[in-house]
Amino acid sequence: MDTLKRRLLDFVIYFALWLLLTWSLDWQGVVVGAILAVLFALALSGLLPKGAERLFSPVRWFWAIMHLLSLLFWIIVANFDVLYRVLHPNLPIRPGIVKIKTTLKSDEAKAFLANSITLTPGTLTIDIIDDWLYIHWINVHESLEDAEAITRDIAGRFEVTLRRVFD
Amino acid sequence: MSSQIGLVPIILISTGVAFDLVGALGLIRLPDVYNRLQAATKCVTLGTFLVLIGVLVHSGWNAMGIKALLAAIFVLWTSPTGSHALARGAHIAGVRLWEGTVVDKYKEDTGR
Repeated sequence: MDTLKRRLLDFVIYFALWLLLTWSLDWQGVVVGAILAVLFALALSGLLPKGAERLFSPVRWFWAIMHLLSLLFWIIVANFDVLYRVLHPNLPIRPGIVKIKTTLKSDEAKAFLANSITLTPGTLTIDIIDDWLYIHWINVHESLEDAEAITRDIAGRFEVTLRRVFD
Repeated sequence: MSSQIGLVPIILISTGVAFDLVGALGLIRLPDVYNRLQAATKCVTLGTFLVLIGVLVHSGWNAMGIKALLAAIFVLWTSPTGSHALARGAHIAGVRLWEGTVVDKYKEDTGR
């Protein structure tokens, strides 16, 4: 995708955001918004990562929505998990940092995987180095191999959808 | 927009506030930075998300509702990123893990 198209896409996104935030079609507001969107699109290059044409694929959007639904489910589970640990008198935690390897390729996919893992029960992504994710567990399993296998499963269930969205 | 608040927004907003409260309790009760970030990220993200969606349901598709929806999306997007940055920063700056911590692969691999 060439530079002009990317700038145009940036402009459309900034302008849409302006219209949504102001929520009025008064001509003065629209003109100011259009001017600002042009300035932003010119001054800040590269709102979107490389390969932005992926935005126009309905299949990817479908998988993005699937990912969001599974994420919402796991966020709710995560909250009851925290609720249990915080309110339990003995504070049942066994924290530690484990690492796992991801099979995702693109940077955006890895970033979304890290964010998704952070929002699921008991896990928080500390860092990504190449293909390795370092994850803080609030309750590490008794044996370390099991712990890494469990973490693998958690990453795996998001990789299924994220691969179809980004890679 | 009527001054009467419907049942659905009440349920959404009070559930959200309840989860925010649990997140705050977790901040006090859990032992170290990393565990506290866990509680803060998960509970406060869903809590704030539910409050904002409650505002959207209450006010409908107008200026306030749309702002609430956009804020909800941004919270969902940015709060895990923020907690990752805090946790990584704390680890690099040498903030110790709790004494009951069983394993730290990050330290083993990076030496930090």
